[in-house]
Amino acid sequence: MCLAIPGKILEIRDHDPVTRMGAVDFGGVLKEINLSFVPEARTGDYVLVHAGFALNTIDEAEAAQVFEYLREMGELDDTEERREIDR
Amino acid sequence: MKFIDEYRDAASARALAAEIARITTREWTIMEVCGGQTHAIVRFGIDELLPKKVTLVHGPGCPVCVTPAELIDKAIAIASEPDVIFCSFGDMIRVPGSKENLFSVKARGGDVRVVYSPLDALKIAVSNPLRQVVFFAVGFETTAPANAMAVYQARRANVKNFSLLVSHVLVPPAIEAILSAPHNRVQGFLAAGHVCTVMGYEEYRPLAKKYRVPIVVTGFEPLDILQGVHMCVAQLEEGRAEVENAYTRAVRREGNEKARELIADVFRVVRRKWRGIGEIPESGLALRGEYEAFDAERRFGVAGNTVEEPSECISGLILQGVKKPRECPAFGVRCTPDRPLGATMVSSEGACAAYYRYRRFSTEPQEK
Repeated sequence: MCLAIPGKILEIRDHDPVTRMGAVDFGGVLKEINLSFVPEARTGDYVLVHAGFALNTIDEAEAAQVFEYLREMGELDDTEERREIDR
Repeated sequence: MKFIDEYRDAASARALAAEIARITTREWTIMEVCGGQTHAIVRFGIDELLPKKVTLVHGPGCPVCVTPAELIDKAIAIASEPDVIFCSFGDMIRVPGSKENLFSVKARGGDVRVVYSPLDALKIAVSNPLRQVVFFAVGFETTAPANAMAVYQARRANVKNFSLLVSHVLVPPAIEAILSAPHNRVQGFLAAGHVCTVMGYEEYRPLAKKYRVPIVVTGFEPLDILQGVHMCVAQLEEGRAEVENAYTRAVRREGNEKARELIADVFRVVRRKWRGIGEIPESGLALRGEYEAFDAERRFGVAGNTVEEPSECISGLILQGVKKPRECPAFGVRCTPDRPLGATMVSSEGACAAYYRYRRFSTEPQEK
């Protein structure tokens, strides 16, 4: 139920603050999505969509966070001996 | 798809799992709150990647699962009225009420429609001015902005034949109910990422402090979940009990302020009954003030109806992380997705449905 899918805004049509709508691309599937909760979102931005509403713009810089973390871990590996998974 | 595929990378997942194993010295029980996370964990076998000392238990974050039977019965009563078009998310249609489900109404010729968004239901109301259109507004905080906006737009456009049957529930009171239960064994939480996309995570700080539990805001893809588990285990091992955010690409501290403002404008916090768990104070939302006119329970006079829950289903224990689906004697035998005894077997996010779909034939002992 709380599933929210990332999609890319292709076009913003209605600019009324309440009924602000746009075409959002979900890997090739286009849907009309309400954008009134993301007034900062522009064409080309990725938004997180749930039940026909964009709930947030995706922070592209933060999206790399887990991979940076993995890289740091990899660097740690060089200096630290690792235990086997205990199963 | 961007922002999905890269978070399913197997080598990165194994690296994270190895790191979790490296830092784990004691046995820990962690609950993922959201049913969407449960589904991903069972589907991708994330629990099987984790060290034996780390046990994931499944939480109550499945709105379809916790909607009480009496509310399904109210939906059935309203949907059976001759002039009604009853709209709902697909998951709710097969959930058993005390005697039947919404499908039975459709089978008898009732106009029950599955919609993607509450705005679709509002559109149906606008194009059918002589019919009453009711939307079954179930969900956690994630869905509240959509339902709030639908009713806000209906009021603004003076759409009089639209109403909501509201069954909205909130995550923090459910976490508190689990933590204060005498049989609680949960030591840390993965908080539901998209709930926090809307609400932020400040309201979890008093819970983390009062009950001394780490709460980590967590996403839904395998790497997100593993990162959430890692941060949670790290806190437990270090004796910390803080609120941390492992889902920063989608969650900001304050959530979505515009959405929160609208929720506060349209809804008020009320006591709600949770299926299998019971009543929890201040655990749900109901329409407030001038929006009460859009409350389907009032419009159709079903507000006072109550029923007992069916007996054999142990979904209450499943939803509180006390039991796992295969510990239920009815699992896969008397209770299947085709003939469910309880909602946890119906919803795509229900723990029982996830185990039925991905682990039915597994011979592995389920408890680590």
